[in-house]
Amino acid sequence: MSSDLPILSLLIWLPILGGAIVIAVGGGNRNASSARWLSLFFSVIALWLSIPLYTQFDTTTSAMQFVEKVPWIETFNIYYHLGVDGFSMPLILLTTFSTLLVVLAGWEVIKEKPAQYMGAFLIMEGLMIGVFAALDSVLFYVFWEAMLIPMFLIIGIWGGPRRIYATVKFFLYTFLGSVFMLVALIYMYIKGGSFAILDLHTLPLSLTEQILIFLAFLIAFAVKIPMWPVHTWLPDAHVEAPTGGSVILAAIMLKMGGYGFVRFSLPITPDASMTLDWLVILLSLIAIIYIGFVALVQEDLKKLIAYSSIAHMGFVTLGFFLLFDIMEATGQVRGAALGIEGAMVQMVSHGFISGALFLCVGVLYDRMHTRRIQDYGGVANVMPVFAAFAVLFAMANTGLPGTSGFVGEFMVILSAMKANFWIAFAAATTLIIGAGYTLWMVKRVFFGEVGNERVAVLTDLNKREFLILGLLAIAVLGLGVWPDPLLEVMHASVDNLIQHVTQSKI
Amino acid sequence: MKSLYLAIVLAPLIGSVIAGLFGRKIGRAGAHWVTITGVAVAFACSAYAALQVFSGAWPTFNEGIYTWAVSDSFKFEVGFLVDRLTALMMVVVTFVSLMVHIYTIGYMRDDPGYQRFFCYISLFTFSMLMLVMSNNFLQLFFGWEAVGLVSYLLIGFWFKRESAIYANLKAFLVNRVGDFGFLLGIALVLHYFNSLDYADVFAAAPLLKDMTINISGGTEWSLMTVICILLFIGAMGKSAQVPLHVWLPDSMEGPTPISALIHAATMVTAGIFMVARMSPLYELSEVALSVVMIIGAVTAFFMGLLGIIQNDIKRVVAYSTLSQLGYMTVALGASAYAAGIFHLMTHAFFKALLFLAAGSVIVAMHHEQDIRRMGGLKKYMPITYWTFLIGTLALIGFPGLSGFFSKDSIIEAVRLSSIPGAGFAYLLVLAGVFVTAFYSFRLFFIVFHGKPRFDAHTAEHLRESPPVITVPLILLAIPSVFIGAVTFEPLLFGEFFRGVIFVAPEHDVLAAMGEGIHGMMGFLLHGLLGPAFWLAIAGLFAAWYIYMQRPQIAAATKERFAWLYRLLDRKYGFDDFNEVVFADGSRKLGTFLWKVTDLKIIDGVLVNGTAKLVAASAARLRHLQTGYLYHYAFSIIIGVAVILTLALI
Repeated sequence: MSSDLPILSLLIWLPILGGAIVIAVGGGNRNASSARWLSLFFSVIALWLSIPLYTQFDTTTSAMQFVEKVPWIETFNIYYHLGVDGFSMPLILLTTFSTLLVVLAGWEVIKEKPAQYMGAFLIMEGLMIGVFAALDSVLFYVFWEAMLIPMFLIIGIWGGPRRIYATVKFFLYTFLGSVFMLVALIYMYIKGGSFAILDLHTLPLSLTEQILIFLAFLIAFAVKIPMWPVHTWLPDAHVEAPTGGSVILAAIMLKMGGYGFVRFSLPITPDASMTLDWLVILLSLIAIIYIGFVALVQEDLKKLIAYSSIAHMGFVTLGFFLLFDIMEATGQVRGAALGIEGAMVQMVSHGFISGALFLCVGVLYDRMHTRRIQDYGGVANVMPVFAAFAVLFAMANTGLPGTSGFVGEFMVILSAMKANFWIAFAAATTLIIGAGYTLWMVKRVFFGEVGNERVAVLTDLNKREFLILGLLAIAVLGLGVWPDPLLEVMHASVDNLIQHVTQSKI
Repeated sequence: MKSLYLAIVLAPLIGSVIAGLFGRKIGRAGAHWVTITGVAVAFACSAYAALQVFSGAWPTFNEGIYTWAVSDSFKFEVGFLVDRLTALMMVVVTFVSLMVHIYTIGYMRDDPGYQRFFCYISLFTFSMLMLVMSNNFLQLFFGWEAVGLVSYLLIGFWFKRESAIYANLKAFLVNRVGDFGFLLGIALVLHYFNSLDYADVFAAAPLLKDMTINISGGTEWSLMTVICILLFIGAMGKSAQVPLHVWLPDSMEGPTPISALIHAATMVTAGIFMVARMSPLYELSEVALSVVMIIGAVTAFFMGLLGIIQNDIKRVVAYSTLSQLGYMTVALGASAYAAGIFHLMTHAFFKALLFLAAGSVIVAMHHEQDIRRMGGLKKYMPITYWTFLIGTLALIGFPGLSGFFSKDSIIEAVRLSSIPGAGFAYLLVLAGVFVTAFYSFRLFFIVFHGKPRFDAHTAEHLRESPPVITVPLILLAIPSVFIGAVTFEPLLFGEFFRGVIFVAPEHDVLAAMGEGIHGMMGFLLHGLLGPAFWLAIAGLFAAWYIYMQRPQIAAATKERFAWLYRLLDRKYGFDDFNEVVFADGSRKLGTFLWKVTDLKIIDGVLVNGTAKLVAASAARLRHLQTGYLYHYAFSIIIGVAVILTLALI
């Protein structure tokens, strides 16, 4: 807290500047090597800069920290206003960590315009941090939309054969969603005269207004997370995206939808949240069960993981919206924080696990240029080290205790039991379905006799790949064995949110 | 104490990590030395600690090690509870594990995955110790799933075999069905007790005895019944009780040492241990006890029957394990927890012995497992023969051997029990004794007696296994003979489990039994007069007569009762049912939801439909943009006219 450095601004603008420099230095296919090293340099700096956010974080307060505020467009009362609390800070760290991995993962794999590729990711890093750090809703909206552009380019330029269909679908879906959010924000500005998110939290709104605003936000965030039935862009986007694009998409961009619920929907429209919580819970359970079955029958590795992501994000939305049912069932809020913190842990954990799984697919794709499960078989025979990592991440994906995948699901299921037996029952089916689709895939890809002569000549992980997966393995196991350091930073913000949400605005 | 307990848990973990990460560097000998050292340390410390705990020198240890997480003022801790029940389990687990580690040196000698194997079994030992030493439900669940993971890895150890990787996936999924119930049980515990620490939950349980919950419309369910049954579903998965037993026979695809360690002696008994640990909860629900007892009895009898028609040496022993787990479960249902744990312990020794002896045969026969190609092995493998005989006699409950005491006390306990269903259970467990003796000696005679049915080439190389294999057999044979007689009295009738296992006075069948029986010799005499002993003898002789004297009887019976044979051969149809309903059903449902709902309706109609609609309307609207000025001017005039008209009206 004591630091005078504008850490958040640095975290936003340094990567963006870095990205611009990388593109300038390595444009075309010149100086690919220096572009890579520069990108690595900037992503390491960003990660290093983000560490004080954790170490200097004051866990006793729910107030915004590392705040920066200067007027931006004074006519409309818009500020360049940044700050973090227990919800956004972990996600910023996740962003800087993931970006570093993505830079490493693209190292020698991206042959086509490597500088632009790396530069796009650095620029996106800054914009994503901007989304999490913005405390002014216009600033938030600008980052939110701007972020689509580099991702659009990453899929559109370095993507697979159907990349145009996928990018247009991705762009239209998310853009359409966020337009509703913009309308809601403008409405509230007209009503309250402020775009500051914290002012919106206290803006009095009638139930009808709240419901309309809630639905507008729901569309924006549901598309992003994504929730059923607005999820169909994700499998297409993942399949066409290059490995790094998939990693960032899964690890960070999906989290923005979840973040939106705790930053906007719940605190701005508490009464509407209470009225419509059944809808979110229902859609969450559909995500967990329905999407789980869909994941089971996927023939494409990336689609399988994409569907698995949707199912896992179902726990996030479920965890956020249990508190009203808990209050109704038990007459108190105890157990609600368990669900919200569980959802937050699930977001971070899913960042690690889905990132790792997409990187694993990348390792295979770089060698065989296919993502079809049936083209593999018996990979463990020729890539034992890689198989060990893959099984670890697969197990994490099934929520095995001791890995990060367990923590969030466990907490959300415990919390769900406080709300309603059958919600917990439905959510817990992930234990079976999740294990089913993940381990059946592992069986078909990694186990058995060597599937064909192309598999037979595969080479095991190189040092770079080992480093990337090793870092993720440490993260997955570390968070699984000792999640408390992550939970600790959330308590004050979560308690504050619950207290705020349980007070009616009407 | 704390550091000693930590050492017990961490020694195998460190061994496992070293063997796993640096297996190539330290080589095969390095891998087995580092893991065996780890497990030996764990065993030595466990034995020492157990002596202290048993003698009363050390009080019950119940402390947190570190705080895993705090959320919502719920504190989730990793911690140890070491009382007599735990200490007993620790000794059994580490002892059998040590034997299996040593045995593995011989059994896996030529396997390319040598280091990996040692890594896994040490990791298993760690996980199992975490499970039994836990003082809370969270860590219990961690250990519970971690042993499941290692079981998965080990069943699929030979991952090139299609049957092995089918079996390990099946094992994991079936166990997950159990864990699903288990986790819901844990969530209910947290909901109503606001704590996951055993001590808190057990202390508060009597207060919630009469609480009911409404989970299915109008019906009120006793909270304790729901919690206990949900937890028991977990036990049904792990301890392979009908109908979640289907994974255990297939788990025999794994190497034999782990069949002994995991799928006979230790992991599969986790469910038994868990229910015994939860006795303060189960005692509050007679319904739950009744369910436990009936499931156990059904498993004990019907799974034993399947052992009769198996021709794979390991599968016979596997079905025998299922059946014996059923016996332990019955004991729990009868509130004779101590008898269940007693049988768990004796079974761990003699069943590990049987599996390792079977493994010795398999190695000698060059990995032949079909008993129809064995026969007359007695003269080739005397040590294996005699130890196998000891194990078999212990298994059928031959008077004086360890299995006799534990099994007869279970049967006796069921006879005295007043829990609903006890009469039914009594008949099944009694009939099970005959079946056990019959399939056990069928196996014994076919493998070791009669004429050799293998070729001359095999006979040439056939010889007794090396000492790394035979020494563990002998070391396991000793407790298989004596441990029952030695521990019978203190374990069942003494003060041993006081304060550890809780039994409501009206359920206390062991106390009732203790009144009628005077000492170990008294029980022995009592046993000789009881029906169980004569049923076992009858089974033994029936097996001898049918398989040694009149082999044609077996064939004739098989023909005469073809339908019965078919039923047993299809394992009562459980596998077929699961394959058709659950496996195929899920795939079909998934395909439907994907191809129809997702792709056709959501993407086809809603998303692309919207896009097409936009495109189509745009195509129409485009005609409006003719580019001719007078068209636009005309439109503007009409528009203004309309607006004016509307405004005027």
